[in-house]
Amino acid sequence: MYKGGKIIAGLIIFVAFLTFPFFYNMGKANAGPDLPTYASSANLQQCVEPAEYMKANHMQLLNQWRNADVRDGQSIYINSQGKSFDISLESCVECHSTQATKNTVGVNNPALKTSDQFCVSCHNYASVEPTCWSCHSGPEGATK
Amino acid sequence: MSINRRTFLRRAGMLTALGLGGSFVINGAVEAAAEYEPSKKGLFPNAKHLAMVVDMSKFKTEDDFNRVIQSCVSIHNIPDFGKDDLKDEIKWIWSDDYEHTFSGGDNDYLTDDFKKLPFMVACNHCENPPCVKACPTGATFKRPDGIVDMDFHRCIGCRFCMGACPFGARSFNYRDPRPFIKKIDPDYPTRTPGVVEKCIFCVERLADGLMPACVEASKGGLIFGDLDDHTSEVWKIVSSKFTIRRKTELGTQPSVYYLVGGESHA
Amino acid sequence: MLEKALTGSKKYWAWIIFLLAVIAVGFMAYLRQFSYGLGLTGMSRDVSWGLYIAQFTFLVGVAASAVMLVTPYYLHDFKKFGKMVIFGEFLAVSAVIMCILFIFVDVGQPMRILNVLLYPQLHSVMFYDMCVLCGYLAINILVGWTSLAAERKGVHPPKWAHTLVYLSVPWAFSIHTVTAFLYSGLPGRHFWLTAIMAARFLASAFAAGPALLVILLLIVRKVSDFDPDPPGVGAIQSLVKIIRYAMIANVFFYICEVFTAFYSGIPDEMAAFKYVFVGLQGHHSLVPFMWTATFLAFLGIALLVLPTRRNKVLLPIALLSIFFANWIDKGVVLIIAGFVPNSFDRVTEYFPTSNEISIVLGVYAIGFLLLTILYKVAISVREEQAQ
Repeated sequence: MYKGGKIIAGLIIFVAFLTFPFFYNMGKANAGPDLPTYASSANLQQCVEPAEYMKANHMQLLNQWRNADVRDGQSIYINSQGKSFDISLESCVECHSTQATKNTVGVNNPALKTSDQFCVSCHNYASVEPTCWSCHSGPEGATK
Repeated sequence: MSINRRTFLRRAGMLTALGLGGSFVINGAVEAAAEYEPSKKGLFPNAKHLAMVVDMSKFKTEDDFNRVIQSCVSIHNIPDFGKDDLKDEIKWIWSDDYEHTFSGGDNDYLTDDFKKLPFMVACNHCENPPCVKACPTGATFKRPDGIVDMDFHRCIGCRFCMGACPFGARSFNYRDPRPFIKKIDPDYPTRTPGVVEKCIFCVERLADGLMPACVEASKGGLIFGDLDDHTSEVWKIVSSKFTIRRKTELGTQPSVYYLVGGESHA
Repeated sequence: MLEKALTGSKKYWAWIIFLLAVIAVGFMAYLRQFSYGLGLTGMSRDVSWGLYIAQFTFLVGVAASAVMLVTPYYLHDFKKFGKMVIFGEFLAVSAVIMCILFIFVDVGQPMRILNVLLYPQLHSVMFYDMCVLCGYLAINILVGWTSLAAERKGVHPPKWAHTLVYLSVPWAFSIHTVTAFLYSGLPGRHFWLTAIMAARFLASAFAAGPALLVILLLIVRKVSDFDPDPPGVGAIQSLVKIIRYAMIANVFFYICEVFTAFYSGIPDEMAAFKYVFVGLQGHHSLVPFMWTATFLAFLGIALLVLPTRRNKVLLPIALLSIFFANWIDKGVVLIIAGFVPNSFDRVTEYFPTSNEISIVLGVYAIGFLLLTILYKVAISVREEQAQ
């Protein structure tokens, strides 16, 4: 290989840079949200859709809700079991907030982290920042 | 086998395109069966042409104007940047005098009283809205009930709609509004810098069975209804009394009518 | 071929470093604007488009002007332009990229800009503008690079490049027409609501663009061993003819506009013209700009009509006059005066802020950097060929 030594050395350095985040975090205590505890709780009420579906698709659902409410004027959602929900962030906040009275699972539950923004626990871990709160008011005080 | 660089790149490109294209198809297929319906509390579920009549005879004191403006400002989290920052001003409904609201008349013999007569001004929710025509993303769009609505999520802030609007009804968020909102109403979002906003005929209140806030606060000064419904008060006024609209020669067909004939006015 | 841009004289590198410095300042200014919002500019509720869109409007014209070289050379076998066409195409590439950057810095939510393609609105002129601009960029980059590479290898360019060239001719007209339609279709802005807006745009583009190109070619002649217009060929003088008639047409169209506005006497028609030539309601910030442009326009035409056009000193002066006359008209006055008076017959003036000007200069520097790199490649290839 022409200039093979330099190329191989460069490749090794490049791969090292690329995989640095993984090496840096190896062995650190960053277990993430402890979802099994949540799922096995006896007092679990159902979210808008079943938990498995929400875990995988909540962002897509929120996008569909947004288009349906803002653009099509349809403000009621009928879920796969026929139950009706008001399309609003309040429908989420009712349960997924530590201040909520409907919250029967208890503060221990890591999915409902003590913070002023309830989505924080999973989103911090996944490092995906939701931009909703730059416009929409947070959980405290909203009735819509 | 040996292939040359060009063939390799061509094949790699095709595979990538196939992969990307395929991923769209696969992702699109994952969607739960979803059903939506409009709220049952909606005030005008079958409206075709929502419109407003402004009865200026009911706007006599400064309080009449301020009450109406404040009702909109408070529930929609409209910021107040103060007199020193007029260029970033955001207003959905406000008042301006006759001479400027109905500009182009240039009647020199009109008395100053008439010229300075204040009028309520907001988005006209035109039947032929040039702003909707201009918007490249559909962030502003015309609903079936006639309201020209805003989708703040989709707006890219190009401000083409502001150039297109002949009535100066639209405002842009040139800076973060949150520090300048007197009291944030949590039931309605604030907006981020970088999107355009305007009066939306209170679509969120209509969905909850309430009249627009300005109409409620106006004590009869603003009349709201469906012009397609011949039993509505707006239709009765518009079809029998003398009303004027702004800049009708432009063909946008504004839906805000100013009642000037018939009753005793100002 | 890109490696040719990595070798150069001390002056070349000094120029590159200078451009990079201007870009860095512009970039920092943009970061400030990105975090605060467009309130850092001089734009307002009444004047919602300012310097950024004005530069975009002007530069689309410069980009379209490549067609004034392509059409004679490719469609009419006008061999004189042979050595210059590549420089026109590369100027077009650089201009279009500046256009795209000016749109990007002007938009309130740049991260959402793909919404225009994700949710296309077929009734919106701006949607078509995005499409034709990106298409024109692709065409010029492909055609320019491929023909240069083919020339370097001493072969004919591939057939598809030739087809793209034919496509680029109507496409060039279309990019500037669509941009003009952004303005001439808005019912509430009487300064823009005129049928000859597209014709005016094209005329000024075909004067300003080639004028800039000739100046750049004169610079190329000075800084390199390559002469795009060897003695006896007369390519530059042919281009000067085009510039001359395009500018005369442009000025004529403007006079037509002024006539209609003032002879009809309709207040809405006259208002903006009054604002730019004499002031309106006590506001007159654009008046000096407009008269400078007028003077430069007539000076440029005169210098190009008289034998002075062959003079080594007066020709660049004439071309600069024409270029700046058009830059003031499209890049300063047109957009801002369109918002005067506003929908309530009031005048709100517009003054760009220093942050805004830094960003404008930064984008221009990016364009010039690209232009320098592309021109260096073209010149080096040609110099190589000459050996």
